[in-house]
Amino acid sequence: MLPFTLEKVTSVQAAIAAASSGRRFIAGGTTLIDLMREEVERPEHLVDINTLPLSEIRIEGSDLVIGALARMADVAAHAGVQRLHPLVAESLIEGASPQLRNMASIGGNLLQRVRCPYFRMHDAPCNKRTPNSGCAAIDGLNAGHAILGTSNHCAATHPSDVAVALVALDATMQVRGPRGERSFPVEELFRLPGDTPHLEHTLLPGELILAVRVPGGPFSRRARYLKVRDRASYEFALVSAAAALDIEDGMIRQARLAVGGVGTRPWRLRTVEKALIGRAPDRKIFETAARLALEGARPLSGNHDKLELLPRTIVRALEMTGEAA
Amino acid sequence: MTTNVIGSPLPRVDGRAKVTGAARYAADFNQGGQAYAVIVGATVGLGRVTGIETAPVEKMPGVAAVITHRNAPRLPYAPHKSYIDPATGERLHVLQDDQVRFYGQPVAIVVADTLDQAERAAAALRISYAAERPLVDPADPKARPVVPEAGKQPDARLPADTARGNADSALAVAPAKVDEIYEIARENHNPMEPHATVAAWNANRLTLWSKSQFVVNEQAEIAAVFGLPPENIQVICPFIGGAFGTSLRTWPHVTLAAVAARQVGRPVKLVLTRKQMFFMTGHRPRTLQRMALGATADGKLTSIVHEGTGETSRYEEFMEALTSVTGFLYSTPNVRTRYRLLPLDIGTPNHMRGPGEASGVFALECAVDELSYKLGIDPIDLRRRNEPAIDEGENKPFSSRSLMKCHDLAAERFGWSRRLPEPRSMRDGRLLVGMGVASASYPAFHAPANARARLLADGTAEIEVAASDMGPGTYTSMTQVAAETLGLPIERVRFSLGRSDYPPAPSHGGSWTMASVGSAIRAACMAVQEEAAKRPRDGRPIEATASAQRDPDVAARFSMHSFGAVFAEVAVDPDVGTIRLRRAVGTYGIGRVVNPRLARSQCIGGMIGGMGMALMERTVLDPRDGRPVNAHMADYLLPVNLDIPQLEAHFVEEIDPHVNALGVKGLGEIALVGMAPAIANAVFHATGKRVRSLPIRIEDVLTV
Repeated sequence: MLPFTLEKVTSVQAAIAAASSGRRFIAGGTTLIDLMREEVERPEHLVDINTLPLSEIRIEGSDLVIGALARMADVAAHAGVQRLHPLVAESLIEGASPQLRNMASIGGNLLQRVRCPYFRMHDAPCNKRTPNSGCAAIDGLNAGHAILGTSNHCAATHPSDVAVALVALDATMQVRGPRGERSFPVEELFRLPGDTPHLEHTLLPGELILAVRVPGGPFSRRARYLKVRDRASYEFALVSAAAALDIEDGMIRQARLAVGGVGTRPWRLRTVEKALIGRAPDRKIFETAARLALEGARPLSGNHDKLELLPRTIVRALEMTGEAA
Repeated sequence: MTTNVIGSPLPRVDGRAKVTGAARYAADFNQGGQAYAVIVGATVGLGRVTGIETAPVEKMPGVAAVITHRNAPRLPYAPHKSYIDPATGERLHVLQDDQVRFYGQPVAIVVADTLDQAERAAAALRISYAAERPLVDPADPKARPVVPEAGKQPDARLPADTARGNADSALAVAPAKVDEIYEIARENHNPMEPHATVAAWNANRLTLWSKSQFVVNEQAEIAAVFGLPPENIQVICPFIGGAFGTSLRTWPHVTLAAVAARQVGRPVKLVLTRKQMFFMTGHRPRTLQRMALGATADGKLTSIVHEGTGETSRYEEFMEALTSVTGFLYSTPNVRTRYRLLPLDIGTPNHMRGPGEASGVFALECAVDELSYKLGIDPIDLRRRNEPAIDEGENKPFSSRSLMKCHDLAAERFGWSRRLPEPRSMRDGRLLVGMGVASASYPAFHAPANARARLLADGTAEIEVAASDMGPGTYTSMTQVAAETLGLPIERVRFSLGRSDYPPAPSHGGSWTMASVGSAIRAACMAVQEEAAKRPRDGRPIEATASAQRDPDVAARFSMHSFGAVFAEVAVDPDVGTIRLRRAVGTYGIGRVVNPRLARSQCIGGMIGGMGMALMERTVLDPRDGRPVNAHMADYLLPVNLDIPQLEAHFVEEIDPHVNALGVKGLGEIALVGMAPAIANAVFHATGKRVRSLPIRIEDVLTV
């Protein structure tokens, strides 16, 4: 690990000022420290934001507001979250080991770096780690990589589970920077790799995530997260799906669907949602709609199985929403 | 005053030391003024080092030395091979030339005042290479199998070729046949404790506090490497945090720690990173096996053809018992086995729990399962129809064999009678449920061992052996043997191990520690009692050293093996292909059980290892440069507590008067053998899909 300075800040204003001069935030540190030990991340100055008053979890009407520093474990265990937004709780529990959930913050979870093995190895080319150095995964071992949103420069999946749930649920995020506060959909936080895979998110210099707001809706409680992986205890998703349905009189009125493990960012599937609306919630309908998820899919040498697994995961997650209600 | 201590489920005598942190592992032996060493591994998979920019790194803060092949001392590397080293080839001579033989091979070592400084300097060291593309994929047509040199002799311990009858012609005319290819991925041992060595020189004497399953061989190996008399080397290792075979050999990092300590004139501590444990400390080799069975319509085996190939390095021929079980597990007149090696540009593999047997039995027991479905015979019944009266390979009686007793007990405990024979016929809700069974076997080895017993005036006894305890409970079980033999309460016996200046013991592997070291301790305790009977009580300690080994006449007369039966139940999600082990029962005939509590614990651990082999573990190498891409505990999957279901281990009553005076057969390895095929067979029963490559993953069962 390279040497670095660490300063604690006690106000949001001070944090933003520090970040504006090039310092990096550290919250739970579960990604950053790991990568610093490998010298993949090499920040010279860190700003510890853990004491900022941003860890509140509250229910406003049917909306859920999660402070950026709330720990994954606390959000998942929150009674209001479990009651009104079970999809968020489920995606958090599936998202990491208990030790990581105790440390990792919601803001940090959204900004976690990819799990592509080549990104984490100094001696391999990686456009994300070192722009224009090449991509070792495209022609290498890529069974875990994305089939949606890839470019010739990068095909790493976004690893967060809760981000998939938040994108499905139209969550928004509140950020503050040197030029004030703004809000935008969580979905817009994530960039596609294109030819600049080292640029992963849309935060402006100095911006700090304050909170995430999850709007409640008639679908919030008929909502499930399915994470498919070989090891149940702890593994990044091969494919995952966050699904929420609003069903009235045997008809789907609203659908929310996003998938993980297949996209270079949490992947919302609006065409599948549209194909569900107005239809009866049964397996045949789910299967027909789920096939639309593969529009534009571009498998690599090692991940063709995801073409088979993605629709199956969607169908099963949609079925599970019925079991939830 | 025999106390019946042997057979009691005593808790671990070292349990408190372990849970309170009082137990000291290799890396805990910090020495005053020590420096820290970090190994720099090659970042190419084959080629040579063409340049190392040491000067800028030498100037970095705290750096005491940067040692490469250019400035490393030329080491004598006198010939030395113990039985845990490959019989053919020559060990890696570390930092002695510019050649890179595999990805991650040590090419430099950086020594600094602090670990941070050493890590930073190691990361900053710029090395250039003339790289070539390594050959690392056994399926690559350029990979050419060789006949293992040490298997060519007809009396070899692991013969390359064996035959009785005419297996191929019997197979050709067999009414029922299975003839398939089975593949097992490379696995790394991944014990919790990393390899670690603290090295300190005092003139020409070297002390190594070093993680080792074989301290006397580490002493001999390092003595040979440095050209010193063995008595100048002291190896100390009182505790091991899991090893599974990875610490049987003395790997290059031990030499590097000693080289570094001598170079900087201070004690040096060297701990491998988790990542480094994926390339320089051995692994279970990838294997490809053809298993062909021929049988009559009523299930009598008429032929077995077993052809297995394991990967090895280019510089050593690592051999394991891949085809050994095939000749005696079942009765059949015709057997042919063939064992080959595939030299690749990788580090040398080594023994990993159940080495050879675990892989070979996977192929055999899956094939037997396949045959049972072809013939419509219950898999246990099929095994019963082929139960041999003697070891037909050796043409000798078994010293004891409880295979069918194990099957019967396990079947009852497991509830095999509830199984519906048809594949894909059992469900739990929407999940497919499958039940599978497999036999297990492992030799009941016994190696010569020595022990010292000392009776003190205060009525206590001290026992010393250069043995190891990597977790099975050697401290406890040996204390039990001594206490029972001496007629002392357990609290009055202190057993010490893990020092190379104690009476020598064999390697702590091969499931022979209880038999070998236990017998030596029993002999030493009897000897010291005889001595005590002869001498007046004058308050001085009474001491005796004794050795024990298996009677060669008895060894020649009997075939000695442990046997077991493993039953597993899996659930498979028919939509998304997730496979979950739901429960397993293992039953074992292992002779006398010295401590049922520890034995059960050891079995559970072995079964978990087999579960990992079946469903999770594989080290994936990038074919372009041989790098392991999942050298990380998040990406190399192995079962953790949350994944592990209800596991049961039982022992059948078995009295074996031949194996040794204690009547013990050993347990460490057999507990892993058999688990993977039981699970694979359960996956077939659940899904109707036969998967012949391990680990079995979601993609394998997604479509039938």
